[in-house]
Amino acid sequence: MAEPMTAAQRVTIARNCKRPNVQDIVSGLFTDFFIQRGDRLAGEDESILGGIARFHGRPVTVIGTRKGRTLDENLKYNFGMPSPEGYRKALRLMRQAQKFHRPILTFIDTPGAYPGMNAEERGQGEAIARNLMEMSRLAVPVIATVTGEGNSGGALALGVADRVLMLENAVYSILSPEGFATILWKDSSRHEEACELMQLTAPDLKRLGVIDEIVPEPAGGAHLAPEIALRELDLALERNLKTLSRQSGDALAAGRYQKFRQMGTPTKEDQ
Amino acid sequence: MTSIFAQRRQKLLAMKAFRDGRTHAAAAGTVCPGCGQAVSASALAQAQYVCPHCGYHLPLGGYYRLSTILDAGSFRELNARLTSTDPLHFPGYQAKLEAARKKTGLNEAVVTAVGTVDGRKCVAGVLDGRFFLGSMSAAVGEKITRAIEYATKNKLPLILFSASGGARMQEGILSLMQMAKTSAALARFDEKGGFFLSIMTNPTTGGVTASFASLGDVILAEPGALIGFAGPRVIEQTIGQKLPEGFQRAEFQMEHGFVDAVVPRSELRAVISRLLALHEKGGRNG
Repeated sequence: MAEPMTAAQRVTIARNCKRPNVQDIVSGLFTDFFIQRGDRLAGEDESILGGIARFHGRPVTVIGTRKGRTLDENLKYNFGMPSPEGYRKALRLMRQAQKFHRPILTFIDTPGAYPGMNAEERGQGEAIARNLMEMSRLAVPVIATVTGEGNSGGALALGVADRVLMLENAVYSILSPEGFATILWKDSSRHEEACELMQLTAPDLKRLGVIDEIVPEPAGGAHLAPEIALRELDLALERNLKTLSRQSGDALAAGRYQKFRQMGTPTKEDQ
Repeated sequence: MTSIFAQRRQKLLAMKAFRDGRTHAAAAGTVCPGCGQAVSASALAQAQYVCPHCGYHLPLGGYYRLSTILDAGSFRELNARLTSTDPLHFPGYQAKLEAARKKTGLNEAVVTAVGTVDGRKCVAGVLDGRFFLGSMSAAVGEKITRAIEYATKNKLPLILFSASGGARMQEGILSLMQMAKTSAALARFDEKGGFFLSIMTNPTTGGVTASFASLGDVILAEPGALIGFAGPRVIEQTIGQKLPEGFQRAEFQMEHGFVDAVVPRSELRAVISRLLALHEKGGRNG
């Protein structure tokens, strides 16, 4: 485990473009990857990568938000900000996974859903809502891993899982610390202060019961030794998948419902 | 039929609706925020807070809204005392909650109830924009989820009026998780064949749009209501230009296929009643 870090330091590490991204994870942990494209409704959104692959020999569906390392890549992937077509493609692949009894592994690293005109015209809110609803009742194992930054409903739209894992320096929050500071104090320069209040680090979220497991990173962050980070991720995924695979589809869906049902349940002046 | 209890419930709702009405009038002042023309408080109250000049729909408080929809004496509130617990111990939040409670007479940003519309029993919930802009605290998510579960268990139709700025910042990630919680509860309601009528009012944005509000079997919207995931200012900053007139309004959402009908407030109760009748007994009767 690395030295204790401030939340703001973790945000910086979580956004480091040399961190293992979904392409690295696919090539490092999976074999026989077949990319699937398009939502079968309107288009293809490259900010989400999805397809079928083998994980330790077993066919699984892999879905992840995609960030690039170069400007060209980032323009192509819209800096990891999906449009409704991306979320609808993800849903199509998840339904298909259920049909073929494939476990679903999602990887989350996004500044949030794309807040653009076209995305709004095509129902960004509806696309996210539909994913939340449908993911909650999937009858196959679903494991979500927050690998970098997971912001807002755009991250949660791939995150309604039986197990939610987080890389040690990843962050997961209601929106970016900059956005948070803007909304609360009308001053985005106070983002570091926001980081500390938001409880967005992996240890914070573990304590709050929002995530299940922290995947250790090499000292200083996963970007310094990606192969070590990937090995830890592989172990964690395999262990969790093994446990989940023993459960029936109905038991998985019921357990997933209970897991999210309990989140933030208030106790004060309860009736 | 009008038992002593029904009379009492009616009085209670009337009282709370009256209090809501007073704050609507105070918020509107004497000019319509839509057209800027002078309008008297009594004229607004008579028209359910729709401007007689331009048809602008002013926001309504939760109890007032229910008093315009539910049959007299049928209102029975659910989980009335449920309120936020400040789960992240966010600086200054408790004091702000206390101030909002005092100002609005509400415990949280949503009122949920059981009642009847033209004799047909239903569960109805209303997000109230006066309380933290109708934002989704854990308590709001919990109350909505319990309302959905109540409707599921008792095989009742569900009506939710949305008016929300989105997430409750002071509850961070736990606010986000309410999107998953409410949507999951709706999945179960859906599987049991329940009818969910979602009614979007001004404004319906952020996490509310990206969860239960968009999952109605039928989705209605009030005229001119702002409906979207990202707020207009965020979009303008992203694309670096001004948004066209009418972007993300109810009529725009209907044109783009995300709203079944835009219904003026004066006709809303009749439309709700018709839809409830069409879905009676899971749509299997007659």
